[in-house]
Amino acid sequence: MTFFRDTWIIFSRSMRLSLRQPLWVLIGLLQPILYLTLFGPLLQNIAATSGFQGDAWQVFVPGLLVQLGIFGGLFVGFGIIAEWRSGVIDRQLVTPAARTSIIAGRTLRDVVVISVQAIVLVGCAYLLGLRVPPAALLIGLVLVALLGAAFSFISNAIGIATKSEDALAPLVNTLALPILLLSGILLPMNIAPRWLQIASDFNPFKHIVEALRAVFRGDFTNPIVWIGALLAVVLVVLGAWVGARTLTAQTR
Amino acid sequence: MTAYAAPFRPIRSRGHFTHEDFMATAMIEAKGLKRTYKARGKDIEAVRGIDLRVEAGEIVGFLGPNGAGKTTTLKMLCTLLAPTGGSAIVAGSDLRTDAVNVRRKIGYVSQAGSTSPEAVVGDEIISHARLYGIDRATATRRGKDLLAALDLAEVWSRTCGSLSGGQRRRLDIVMGLIHQPTLVFLDEPSTGLDPQSRANLWTHIRSLRDTLGTTVFLTTHYMDEADSLSDRILIIDHGTIVAEGTPAALKKRVSGDAITLTLRDEADAQRAAGIAGGLEGADAPQTEAHVVRLHVPDGGRALPVLLAGLTKAGIDAIGVDVNRPTLDDVFLTLTGRSLRD
Repeated sequence: MTFFRDTWIIFSRSMRLSLRQPLWVLIGLLQPILYLTLFGPLLQNIAATSGFQGDAWQVFVPGLLVQLGIFGGLFVGFGIIAEWRSGVIDRQLVTPAARTSIIAGRTLRDVVVISVQAIVLVGCAYLLGLRVPPAALLIGLVLVALLGAAFSFISNAIGIATKSEDALAPLVNTLALPILLLSGILLPMNIAPRWLQIASDFNPFKHIVEALRAVFRGDFTNPIVWIGALLAVVLVVLGAWVGARTLTAQTR
Repeated sequence: MTAYAAPFRPIRSRGHFTHEDFMATAMIEAKGLKRTYKARGKDIEAVRGIDLRVEAGEIVGFLGPNGAGKTTTLKMLCTLLAPTGGSAIVAGSDLRTDAVNVRRKIGYVSQAGSTSPEAVVGDEIISHARLYGIDRATATRRGKDLLAALDLAEVWSRTCGSLSGGQRRRLDIVMGLIHQPTLVFLDEPSTGLDPQSRANLWTHIRSLRDTLGTTVFLTTHYMDEADSLSDRILIIDHGTIVAEGTPAALKKRVSGDAITLTLRDEADAQRAAGIAGGLEGADAPQTEAHVVRLHVPDGGRALPVLLAGLTKAGIDAIGVDVNRPTLDDVFLTLTGRSLRD
């Protein structure tokens, strides 16, 4: 299949470029670790009194993982704009390569980077006191990878459609802020006023965070787990569709 | 008219191929190719239905001012932009219905470049070649050969960002040729290069056709580039082709070459004007003090005849200038505007 071969070629090239600059991967990792060390202990004391279920790490780490998936993917569009500017995108579009693989290969690289960051994050959390079933960690990683893929597709699509960092930055921030604030990643939504709770019900990421929290508590059969997983898959499909469409539209 | 710095040289003498070797087949045949953009609810016609034919083995220059529709046309022919009207066969395949096969056979060198500055030259070449289904070993061998042919033998392990502007442009050409395309599109190949790198690049582009037989289609807004590189030039303005022909034929469409004679005194000038006026195809010479000006169809042929005539009559010319028309004069004649505007 030319799609898989081409995706692998684009992935290998992008991965090699990322590995040449491991500093950026490390800096990307720093943010969740800072949250973990500087915000986590703070939450320890609130967790008991607030509307959270489970211990502070079981509540907080799923939130950070989801955040890593979202933010790790959301900002990759800057990279594709730089590649477009240096002629790489057009150069690849003129080859017989499958159109969608040009974006899918890059997204696959982002997924690998985000997954590695997630593993390091979970490892650090474990050192700080996180205790969850191994299956929960695996589900957590898959979920982060799915979210990373969805947002990488979307960010690459916005990048290639706008071709402007000046447009991408405010767009991405505007997209990220309500997602973050209405997801209950940092604070539980059930301490929010009623209207905010209703608003957050429309945010799929709240349900994904809830699903991962249930999994981290060992509550694998909770229906929210299925809802969260389904939402994540739908987001990836949607992201891939938008990404592929945007790239194909480039040559229309 | 401006003085013509270097005489026009036909390009065919150097190698094994000339475009006459391929004349039977068309590499590009476009009919009514059109591209309309929508901007703020209005239709903007970037390319207004152009017809063009490029024979195999030709170097064709696509000359026009910025915004004339050169890059849009090139992007359509390279499958980077779908035409909104018309049709084209490029390298034997239909642009609209069989873009993948067009892509297999063409090379494209964008003016934006083709490599990431942080990437290693060899890695970029191999990864690009693999998108054409070329295996790693073949890509390495071909890549190194091409780099050597373009005077870049030492750069395989360097990062692309460490190359000079001229080296990077030649690397772009290597990338565009790695799959041995029969037709290569060069978009403004020498923009931003210093004069020495430009001349060097032109030599390489010529040898591409001469040694590999590659058909070259290049856009440029530099007259000297179109003039010295192309077998044939298409001049585009406002989205339509306004003229085409060899550089020499296009320049012949302008009033001819201007000859300026400077003599010792007015009496000599009057006598010289009489002799010059007898040249074949010359217009009426104009005398101003001891300077005589006239136009002839071909300055190169007329000048020896004129000088011999003056010597025979015992007239001593102290200065002679032949100003050949440039492509800018051609453009000016055709459109009423200068390419430099």
